[in-house]
Amino acid sequence: MSISREEVLHIAKLARLSLTEEEVEMYTHQLGEILNYIQKLNELDVDNIEPMKHVLHIVNVLRDDKNLPSLSREDVLKNAPEHDGEYFKVPKVLKTE
Amino acid sequence: MKDSIQDRISELLDNLEKTDNPIFITIDKDWLWKHVKEQATIEGPLSGKIIAVKDNINVRGLPTTCASRILETYYSLYDATVIEKIRVAGGILLGKTNMDEFAMGSSTEYSAWGEVRNPIDETRVPGGSSGGSASAVSAGFVDYALGSDTGGSIRQPAAFTGTVGLKPTYGRVSRYGLTAYASSFDQIGPITKTVSQSAELLNVIAGKDSRDSTSADVPVPNYLKTLQEKVQGYVVGIPWHLLEKGVDEDVLESFKDVISRLEKEGVRFKKIELKYADYAIATYYILATAEASSNLARFDGVRYGVNAKEQLQDLFSYYAKNRSKGFGPEVKRRIMLGTYVLSSGYYEAYYTRGQKVRNLIAQEFFTLLNEVDALMFPTTPTTAFKLGENVDDPLKMYLNDVFTVSVNIAGLPAISVPGKPGNHGLPVGCQIIGNAYEEGTILQLGHTIERSRI
Repeated sequence: MSISREEVLHIAKLARLSLTEEEVEMYTHQLGEILNYIQKLNELDVDNIEPMKHVLHIVNVLRDDKNLPSLSREDVLKNAPEHDGEYFKVPKVLKTE
Repeated sequence: MKDSIQDRISELLDNLEKTDNPIFITIDKDWLWKHVKEQATIEGPLSGKIIAVKDNINVRGLPTTCASRILETYYSLYDATVIEKIRVAGGILLGKTNMDEFAMGSSTEYSAWGEVRNPIDETRVPGGSSGGSASAVSAGFVDYALGSDTGGSIRQPAAFTGTVGLKPTYGRVSRYGLTAYASSFDQIGPITKTVSQSAELLNVIAGKDSRDSTSADVPVPNYLKTLQEKVQGYVVGIPWHLLEKGVDEDVLESFKDVISRLEKEGVRFKKIELKYADYAIATYYILATAEASSNLARFDGVRYGVNAKEQLQDLFSYYAKNRSKGFGPEVKRRIMLGTYVLSSGYYEAYYTRGQKVRNLIAQEFFTLLNEVDALMFPTTPTTAFKLGENVDDPLKMYLNDVFTVSVNIAGLPAISVPGKPGNHGLPVGCQIIGNAYEEGTILQLGHTIERSRI
């Protein structure tokens, strides 16, 4: 099992990572090796086995719909790299006509 | 008469200044002295105890970096539930410890704050990812430490540094305020010098929390009390077939020594088989990285974190730039792997298959633990390896986790307790695995091993 350079670039795009040429080469090699190891699971017959999503038997956890104290806008914005005092700032998302 | 807590803290700070081993990421003296003053007024089970916190657990007023550049400027606005409980119990939080970035690693070498050196032998790794917490306890800087364990990150560094590390049952301790790596595996737990100290800390941090819907609503016993009960008549299963190859001679010898000590206390041993154990690492690295790729999507440099400070025209490049600059190599590797196994065309072959094998591995543990009281095998196949030995070979690094990951796959509690040291006096950990919510049993067995050392 190996992974192609194109696949690595595609995955990086999905993961919102931009890789240097060096990283592309390194990850193509290393991910190929890891995926090759993971093929081990194909030795097992799992046709009639249920996928385990969680080890606990979890049921819905509900609470009353009450207002509880939460963080203040002022405090939250302190951690933002760019803000205007009210909102987080990001590059323009919508294009103007 | 013991020194006052202020004197102890002053002395610790002096000692910490003398070391260049980056065990801590943050010790904020102004914050600390204010905190010491506040805590001095509280009478509780942890009064006067000095505690280190892994830097992926939020403490209000201190940075939480997760040893990552992307969170370099992040300050916690709230306390994790475990921290809230420690404050109420009177404990003193000394600072935040170094770790593998976002808890991804087995050596504490993947940190943006530099690699931690094992206090027992500074040419070796302390293990990871809670290597800072384990080293802080091992070197005597703190009484107790908190770590987090997703695939062995409490137990393996405990084994490598000669300390006790306890991973509680999944859901036993609230994860509220712990930065998520792989949410269906992560669990917070204690690292201490002795087993009874771990019991003492677990007493404080365990229990249902309305802010973590996966925390278990199961009564918490007084672990210090259960510790006193006898282990005579316990039956412990040992998967000898796993120990036939790949385990160093000194580790095996230390393990056998633990067995003979427990036998003297009336514990009986039974040969068992874990036939899916060989598939645990592959399963873990599919599922944990898949969960990580999703959990770490929130780090985009918008609401918090660093941004690349470049004028970029579109949002995609903005995200990609911030993330690529902020994350280190192992985190990128795991995000890539996790994204791949979840991607269209590969999801069934990897992720779903991984979940199915998870079921097989977990059921096998559950069945065995109906027949015996606990399972036991070494925490790691070797003693602490040399700094740099595995850092460029990720697969080799992953294979070190062979004895720890299956426990997280099954969500069970496990403790690593120091056995007889191995070659060059390096610590060896013996791991005891219990049934879900039966931390009391493994603490008792661990306590018995510890007492028989004398």
